[in-house]
Amino acid sequence: MATTQAIDTLEMVAETVRPRQSRLRMTGRLIVQNPLGFFGLVVILVLATVAIFAPIIAPYDVGDYRAGQPKEGISSHHLFGTDGLGRDMFSRVVFGARISMGVAFLAVIGGTAIALLIGLVSGYVGGLPDNLIQRSIDTALAFPQLLLLLILAQVLHPSFHTVVLAIGIAIIAPVARIVRGAVLSERNNQYVEAARALGASTPRILFVHIAPNVVALAIIIMTTLLGTAILAEASLSYLGLGIPVPNPSWGTDIGLARNSFPFHLPWAFFPGLAITLTVLAFNLLGDSIRDIFDPRLRGRL
Amino acid sequence: MLSYILRRLLSGVLILFILSLVVFVLLRVVSGDKAGTICGLNCTEPGIKAARHLLGLDKPYFPIGFGKGFPFILFHPNNQYMTWIKDLATGHLGNGHIDQAPIIDTIRHRLPVTLELLIITVMFTVAIGVPAGVISALYRNSIGDHVVRVAAVLGLAVPSFWVATLVIYFPSHWWGYAPPFGRSISFFQDPWGNLRQFVPPAAVLGLASAAGIMRLTRSSLLEVMRTDYIRTARSKGLRETSVVARHALKNSLIPVITVLGLQVAGLLGGAVIIEQIFALPGLGLLEFQSLLNRDYQVVQSLTLYLGAAVILMNLLVDVSYAWLDPRIRYS
Repeated sequence: MATTQAIDTLEMVAETVRPRQSRLRMTGRLIVQNPLGFFGLVVILVLATVAIFAPIIAPYDVGDYRAGQPKEGISSHHLFGTDGLGRDMFSRVVFGARISMGVAFLAVIGGTAIALLIGLVSGYVGGLPDNLIQRSIDTALAFPQLLLLLILAQVLHPSFHTVVLAIGIAIIAPVARIVRGAVLSERNNQYVEAARALGASTPRILFVHIAPNVVALAIIIMTTLLGTAILAEASLSYLGLGIPVPNPSWGTDIGLARNSFPFHLPWAFFPGLAITLTVLAFNLLGDSIRDIFDPRLRGRL
Repeated sequence: MLSYILRRLLSGVLILFILSLVVFVLLRVVSGDKAGTICGLNCTEPGIKAARHLLGLDKPYFPIGFGKGFPFILFHPNNQYMTWIKDLATGHLGNGHIDQAPIIDTIRHRLPVTLELLIITVMFTVAIGVPAGVISALYRNSIGDHVVRVAAVLGLAVPSFWVATLVIYFPSHWWGYAPPFGRSISFFQDPWGNLRQFVPPAAVLGLASAAGIMRLTRSSLLEVMRTDYIRTARSKGLRETSVVARHALKNSLIPVITVLGLQVAGLLGGAVIIEQIFALPGLGLLEFQSLLNRDYQVVQSLTLYLGAAVILMNLLVDVSYAWLDPRIRYS
């Protein structure tokens, strides 16, 4: 014990003596070591820019069915062709980035925040509340997520808000489980004991002392969940229980294209490509962030 | 071991109870009553009442309710929730709204379709995921490894419904070929036709899970190859093939089996989409159509049956875990 403490002190001294690397060089090294994660980040930044400046980038309005003839092929006027009503697919895919990213970010941030709260309470308080919460989480995990999403979306009537709500709810259970695990291991640390000895109240220990140590983990989980959330939104919309019709959701457009006859390839192809690229970027970034900050999580998410 | 299984079964019952409450509240209480839909367009007040009575919707929701006077708690022996649970246990679920066929018979007819889809999907997942993962781990950082890893990352990112849509489109566009639609072909009467019907959807459904299994196999095998007993096996002079096949692979596949078991829940959800696209008349399609038709008796009951199946599946996986790895003992 004494020797490990001595080693710790030595390392701390070494840390302070060693000249600190410049921030720029550290960033450069991170990029070289995680080229795929960097690629993901760049793609996400580009997509975010596209989503923000959609009205400037898109040549036509999303709902403009006089943009071209129905089911036009790829041309210089319509980069991605047109859909069944003659709306410009390129514009729809550009605007779709807004919905896709909007749903994903709102659902994941909201869901993670609630899961953080539940996980903190469940892990720290223990006893009957913990038991009840854990059995509820078991229930959510024991069940096909997509079916739950479908039931929720149908019961609440499909709209942007209900999709966010449904996906957010679906995210709570797995995240709360991981947060609880982290809280359980934090709870026995000396700093918690010290805070308790000083007479800190339970909420204060939870939110001032333990929470900051768990938030980092929650952020890592969040980045890995964004891709899943985008896929979930697209699946719901594809089945007609997600973003309702006039809105340019990628999933909705593929669903409409599939149900139209004769089948028009660009209508279904480009939104799918957009989904794949976005999910790919989020997954690559999430994997890298997880590997950098917490390699132990590998395989658990 | 036996007490562990019993405890797990008990907690499984508890989970099912919570699930039944959630589903019941969502579908019956939140979504309101559908007597109006059943009654039809020219519906009158007595007509709605009659429909409500016919469906049992005039009964209270739960066995316990709150009353205004003393003792404030009312007991309703004849209520919707308990009736439904009794129906679930006995299988007398009533008839479907659209086809008027007994629900339990519909479920029984459609179960083999989903079962076969899942079995072929799992076979596909293992047949692609495990060998690819092993090759990727053994020849680390080779071209093959990179190809497999890129494929896995793509497999996890590609939406299955998009791939399925394209899988239906391209063969029919190029060669005028489409998988048989609508009705399910029995494997025993027409094996070739049956496989033609089931293999494409199973392959699409298995894409993401094969990618996940591949990544897991790779990382798990890499970890095992670093352990001491592998070094011992090598220093005994065993051939590398024998070290991998007889020593490393067995242990590295244990987490793979767990995850494979856990994936079944996800595959059931995926089956809803894939069965819809390929028009396979399975349980997923039944659940989806009933949901759209607001036939909530079917949705509720099927949801609980599927939940029970997933819970049993997870228990089986955990028990097989102890059997595969004698170091693991449940107490």
